[in-house]
Amino acid sequence: MASLDDLKKRIASVKSTQKITKAMKMVAAAKLRRAQESAEKGRPYSEKMNNVILNLSNGISDKENAPKLLSGTGQEKTHLCVVMTSDRGLCGGFNSNIIKKAKSYFAKILDEGKELKIITVGSKGNDSLKRVYGDKIIENISFKESKNANYFDADKVGKMVIEKFEAGEFDVCIIFYNQFKNVITQIPQAQQIIPLNNEEEENSSEESYEFEPDEDEILSNLLPKNISTQIFKAMLENSASEQGSRMSAMDNATRNAGEMVDKLTIEYNRSRQAAITKELIEIISGAESL
Amino acid sequence: MSEEFKVEIVNPEKSFLVKDDVSEVVVPAFEGEMGILKDHISIISFLKPGIIKILSKSGDENYYVEDGIVEFKNNNLSILTSTIFNLADMDKSKQQDLLKQAEEEANKTDINDQSKYLADQKVEVLKTLN
Repeated sequence: MASLDDLKKRIASVKSTQKITKAMKMVAAAKLRRAQESAEKGRPYSEKMNNVILNLSNGISDKENAPKLLSGTGQEKTHLCVVMTSDRGLCGGFNSNIIKKAKSYFAKILDEGKELKIITVGSKGNDSLKRVYGDKIIENISFKESKNANYFDADKVGKMVIEKFEAGEFDVCIIFYNQFKNVITQIPQAQQIIPLNNEEEENSSEESYEFEPDEDEILSNLLPKNISTQIFKAMLENSASEQGSRMSAMDNATRNAGEMVDKLTIEYNRSRQAAITKELIEIISGAESL
Repeated sequence: MSEEFKVEIVNPEKSFLVKDDVSEVVVPAFEGEMGILKDHISIISFLKPGIIKILSKSGDENYYVEDGIVEFKNNNLSILTSTIFNLADMDKSKQQDLLKQAEEEANKTDINDQSKYLADQKVEVLKTLN
């Protein structure tokens, strides 16, 4: 059995760990509120953008010559996967959920004999993917400096994706991120952004718009923006999910640490009592033998 | 019948402005300035750098935008933009900063014609502000 001193030290160390996890939980809770707010505020933009594009693609006259970003390159040989993770750890299953989802997709792609290219956003994803798919990772971006998700970062990623698309480096682009549902549930998502997946909502108001300049020109201007917008949306959802996931993970850790302290305290008291009893017996038997 | 309609400006971070007593909006559309009144036909267009003028009962407002999309439908005007500043809040130093950025961009040699045109537009608009 551990000595009394050892137990005392362990109790102290678990207690200080508990303090840290508790503090992290508080910080995550505060950040979560802000992240959630900005995720909600960001929704109208991406929704409106989607709406406009939907209206446009319905109104487009010449489907054959539609911009490639909308209709695709006509083949799907090379897949580009943008895996968005966090830069920091200690957030429960947040990163591993995304990576699990991504990995199962990668396996599927490679099984079908297609080519795979990976861009990782956030250092945690890069860390765990480079072991298996190191040769497939073509770019690693990390926004450690920027505190909150902002549009300029998303735009940077978006522009890079478009550049690569126009250079013909890939045919299909998919982004992986966690969608924020609530503090305990985040759903890993795989969203195809190139070519645009229009889930033909034919019943969307068939109102005729006037276009100025013509549809094609607007579309070719709008689609790159839409890519950035979708990436930005993913970043916002991701940051809210990260904080939510961290909060619940740290909450669990704090609780577990509390339980551990209780258990260790009981053990400590018991062995202290045992030592006292032992000493007493020794004294008494010593006195009796006289 | 009132001659007012609703305008909503959103940027990626948030809903920037919502106003429902607007009588006229002038937007710097790509092919020239465009004034929008109530019951305008449904239209989608995109913006070049310029000034959005919003005329309403509660006062006129001016915003500087660098890009964006306008959609007008059922007397709802939505403006999606990534860069927008209220001219009233914009002081001289901010203007100078933007102007400097735009000039740098316009002087780059490795950009295509369209971005060159847009950058020139920015410089022009910002110069008129000063």
